[in-house]
Amino acid sequence: MTYDAGRYDVIVIGAGHAGCEAALASAKRGAKTLMLTLNLDLVAFMPCNPSIGGPAKGVVVREIDALGGIMGKIIDKTHIQMRMLNTGKGPAVRALRAQADKPLYIQEMKDTLENQENLTLRQGMVERLIVEDGEVKGVETETKAAYYAKSVIVTTGTFMRGKVIIGDLEYESGPNNQRPTISLSEHLEELGVEMVRFKTGTPMRVNSHTVDYSKTEIQPGDDVPRAFSYETTEFIMDQIPCWLTYTNEYTHKIIDENLGLSPMYSGMIKGTGPRYCPSIEDKVVRFHDKPRHQIFLEPEGRNTEEVYVQGLSTSLPEFIQKKMLETVPGLEKAEIMRAGYAIEYDSVVPTQLWPTLELKNIKGLFTAGQINGTSGYEEAAAQGIMSGINAAALATDVDPLILDRSQAYIGVLIDDLVTKGTNEPYRLLTSRAEFRLMLRHDNADLRLTEIGYRIGMISDERYEKFQEKKRLIDEEKKRLEGIILKPDEQVQKIVEQAGGTPLKEAVRASDLLKRPEMTYEMIETLTPADKELPEDVKEQVEIQTKYSGYIAKALQQIERMKKMEDKKIPENIDYDAIHGIATEARDKLKEVRPLSVGQASRISGVNPSDVSILLVYIEQGKIAKVSNE
Amino acid sequence: MDTDTITAISTPLGEGAIAIVRLSGPDAISIADHLFEGKKLEKQTSHTMHYGKIIDPETEEAAEEVMVSLMRGPKTFTREDIVEINCHGGLVSVNRVLEIVLSQGARLAEPGEFTKRAFLNGRIDLSQAEAVMDLIRAKTDRAMNVALKQMDGRLSKLIQSLRQQLLETLAHVEVNIDYPEYDDVEEMSHQMMEEKTKEVLQEVQKLLQTSQQGKILREGLATAIIGRPNVGKSSLMNALVHENKAIVTEVPGTTRDVIEEYVNVRGVPLRLVDTAGIRETEDIVERIGVEKSRQVLTEADLILLVLNYGDELTAEDEKLFEAVEDLDVVVIVNKTDLPEKLDMERVRELARDHSLITTSLIKEEGIDELEQAIADVFFEGELDAGDMTYVSNVRHIQLLKQAKRSLEEALNGMEMGMPIDVVQIDVTRTWEILGEIVGDTVHESLIDQLFSQFCLGK
Ligand SMILES: Cc1cc2nc3c(=O)[nH]c(=O)nc-3n(C[C@H](O)[C@H](O)[C@H](O)COP(=O)(O)OP(=O)(O)OC[C@H]3O[C@@H](n4cnc5c(N)ncnc54)[C@H](O)[C@@H]3O)c2cc1C
Ligand SMILES: Nc1nc2c(ncn2[C@@H]2O[C@H](COP(=O)(O)OP(=O)(O)OP(=O)(O)O)[C@@H](O)[C@H]2O)c(=O)[nH]1
Repeated sequence: MTYDAGRYDVIVIGAGHAGCEAALASAKRGAKTLMLTLNLDLVAFMPCNPSIGGPAKGVVVREIDALGGIMGKIIDKTHIQMRMLNTGKGPAVRALRAQADKPLYIQEMKDTLENQENLTLRQGMVERLIVEDGEVKGVETETKAAYYAKSVIVTTGTFMRGKVIIGDLEYESGPNNQRPTISLSEHLEELGVEMVRFKTGTPMRVNSHTVDYSKTEIQPGDDVPRAFSYETTEFIMDQIPCWLTYTNEYTHKIIDENLGLSPMYSGMIKGTGPRYCPSIEDKVVRFHDKPRHQIFLEPEGRNTEEVYVQGLSTSLPEFIQKKMLETVPGLEKAEIMRAGYAIEYDSVVPTQLWPTLELKNIKGLFTAGQINGTSGYEEAAAQGIMSGINAAALATDVDPLILDRSQAYIGVLIDDLVTKGTNEPYRLLTSRAEFRLMLRHDNADLRLTEIGYRIGMISDERYEKFQEKKRLIDEEKKRLEGIILKPDEQVQKIVEQAGGTPLKEAVRASDLLKRPEMTYEMIETLTPADKELPEDVKEQVEIQTKYSGYIAKALQQIERMKKMEDKKIPENIDYDAIHGIATEARDKLKEVRPLSVGQASRISGVNPSDVSILLVYIEQGKIAKVSNE
Repeated sequence: MDTDTITAISTPLGEGAIAIVRLSGPDAISIADHLFEGKKLEKQTSHTMHYGKIIDPETEEAAEEVMVSLMRGPKTFTREDIVEINCHGGLVSVNRVLEIVLSQGARLAEPGEFTKRAFLNGRIDLSQAEAVMDLIRAKTDRAMNVALKQMDGRLSKLIQSLRQQLLETLAHVEVNIDYPEYDDVEEMSHQMMEEKTKEVLQEVQKLLQTSQQGKILREGLATAIIGRPNVGKSSLMNALVHENKAIVTEVPGTTRDVIEEYVNVRGVPLRLVDTAGIRETEDIVERIGVEKSRQVLTEADLILLVLNYGDELTAEDEKLFEAVEDLDVVVIVNKTDLPEKLDMERVRELARDHSLITTSLIKEEGIDELEQAIADVFFEGELDAGDMTYVSNVRHIQLLKQAKRSLEEALNGMEMGMPIDVVQIDVTRTWEILGEIVGDTVHESLIDQLFSQFCLGK
């Protein structure tokens, strides 16, 4: 027996990184939104490393921000250090990474959620969904409350039938000893949702007072103001360093000798773990020749002594964890505050989703975050915001939003998930994007602000600023194209100082900027703009000019890809009726139900000849229609 | 609908049969006009045939004599403009024509694409839909099979190994990008990247060369024997023919109607071209003039220049040297059984890098050395016929050319000082193109490589 606890447009289950973005996006779009979560003290909790960003992931945070999301703003307020990575490489792969103050991050997020219009927060464990005729109607909690809504987003992360494993100890649990979610997972299975078992792990945390930092190398943050969000105006300059140390042959010997005690190797763990986050025992076994592995010591916040031992993720028994630490310089006397552990959990096979993150078989039901087979806070947040945008769209009857692979890493992530699926926890890597020169850290706003504004998640004020920035970039680029620099003394001097060969004849300022050794600053001294331009405008002018050849080439490729994306596949297509498609391809097409021929061509098992036939079939349908009319 | 112009060989390939290169699309006629020496097709009425030559616009050389049929849409198979080039030179000439057409902006048609266009343009009845699908399927599968069969195991292995080398390089770059904090992975430098790129480029170029040599193998190396009267040209010819059992083939139907003699010298097929003509010429330099003789000579792949040991070097001899300056030449000093009158020092000077062989044909001396010298010219001393990987499939050649271009762009980028992750765009592209040759373009393998090559993680 349940009681009627209220009606909403959108219900979000879970307040992890996916849930928070989802709820905020939905509420911002004007949908009446309810967020239900197990523990209101732990919203946007980071169960693993205290850091946000990095290659690809950092760009995602910028993209979320350009769409009007929250992650960037919160980390800008709560980090203990921030660094720009890959500064020695090209602009396409530059990325920010921040070390987070975990408790502060939670606080800041909670404050934001509590003050969001249209959003209701409630603690509770959801046990079932209310589904009628293949359509979701609401949710039921263990306290017998029934909430009704037009769309429901499940973002329950690693909680689904979670099982924690340390050595030979195992028990049902969510991350960090929170309660696991059992019935909801079983219920989803009853509803016909296919699930797989994945696994991940986390290292031990040690007490900072017991670490001898003198035996480690310091890793400071950048001492220039940096921020993820385009709206951040206050910068944290008082930063806290991380520390670097290494494992050695003694550490590896202990691991080798005790492999039998590892649940990974004893067969106790059955879930598939991610290759990119192997445990230390994995690393030692697979790369036996490596004499040492890096370990980063990362403070978990300003007001806590807990230190995260990055590099020692393990599910070996606690006493072995202790022995391992004893061999590592600086950690010989380190006291473990929490032991490392592995966690196994259920996740949804993501090819069951539309690119909107709605389940194909249950109308109105969305899933986002780690539950979709990904791993990582940023990946979760990215799906969170998209699911929130689309759940609200469904509830309020407006068009859904799907980003494509050339628009954003978010588009790459979701397209990969729903088109190819994944057989291990999925992490974004820059190499997953075919157009990464277009998907840069610096141009996330240029790519997505327009969209954020259109869907009502960007304020007028911010939008106007953005328009102004765009205008300045275009004007300055045009100006440089119009200016001819003669090879006079001043010009030659600057070119030579930069290490270039002297000019032989007059050049356009824009062409001079294309030379590898030239920067905008140098061009500026030769031909200053009418009034001083903002740094981010200068940066854009420089990047867009310098890489214009490559950018033009990428745009051509994108054009070609878009042609295939534009060939839509009718939703009611009957793949069994198409003569000549290979059986494997037919099965895959029926499973994935791609929205476009482009998407179809990315499904593994669908060959060029199948795509060709599909194209002909669709075109023929159009012809048939025309000739019937 | 599709707006590009497609082309393919549209007749079954068989020895001696007339083969047709078909173009279909909006630019079919203008492309054909570009390479057709004959009537301006643009100005001709539809459904007519015209005689002329195909000229390679890049070298301005005449490639083939052909008949071209012109059909304007919509009364054609595809309802688009169609040009069909009828070649009668068999496989070699039809491939050559196809390559020229491709170089002028037509795209190689997908298997069954003409039929597909016919269908989509409403030329084929809807009730025939199933048959069309079957056809496309069958053609695609067959084309795949043929392409795979045409690719001998060595080629496939070679391409795979090039891909693997690129993949390891790419994974290395990726690891630097995605895991910048890992100090134990060496930073991929421009120099390392450049070395790898150059290595692969070299291999690709070699393969492309073999596509040229593959052509020669089927067609024979056009060989001209030249020299003043009486130096021993006929004797040389006879010696080669005698030693190597000449196959005399008539090539009917061509306007030339010449008799060409094929001899196989150490695995190198020689086609002794127009030797009759040249032999009968009293003084080729004087008769047709230096300019003209040069033209005759450029059509040959190999020149055998014969001198007389027992005679003084004349101005004519010197002119001959001049005429063959940039060609592949073997210089033969014949009649060494006679007392030396020839200024050998001067001859050596004139011969420069060309190989210089001395023979006495009458005593059957020096013929072995001569044959070796001929083989060396062809294999550039490096390769052995049995060991060679040939690329002969037009699709493969096209893809290799693309691969070459993108490798060159990568090198160009490095020269311009582009960052490694930008240069890498072209390297990745190369890897994908090579994958198309062996039928493997799965992107995941880069990520697999990444995690198997490097130790990463928290
Ligand atoms: C041990 C461990 C190690 C990890 N290691 C890494 C790593 O190395 N690298 C990496 O990138 N990522 C790692 N992660 C993953 C990362 O923490 C997650 O990807 C990310 O937090 C997922 O966010 P989410 O929003 O999808 O889910 P979560 O953050 O897990 O949030 C789930 C939310 O759902 C709520 N909830 C669950 N069930 C119910 C229910 N029935 N009713 C109501 N609310 C419910 C919970 O209270 C919680 O708020 C690790 C996670 C764990 C647990
Ligand atoms: N002594 C000597 N005589 C040779 C040798 N090779 C060819 N001859 C003779 O030279 C004469 C001319 O030989 P050909 O082979 O007819 O010379 P060619 O260059 O073809 O002459 P044309 O057809 O007149 O241009 C013949 O009498 C040959 O027997 C040689 O090695 N030594």
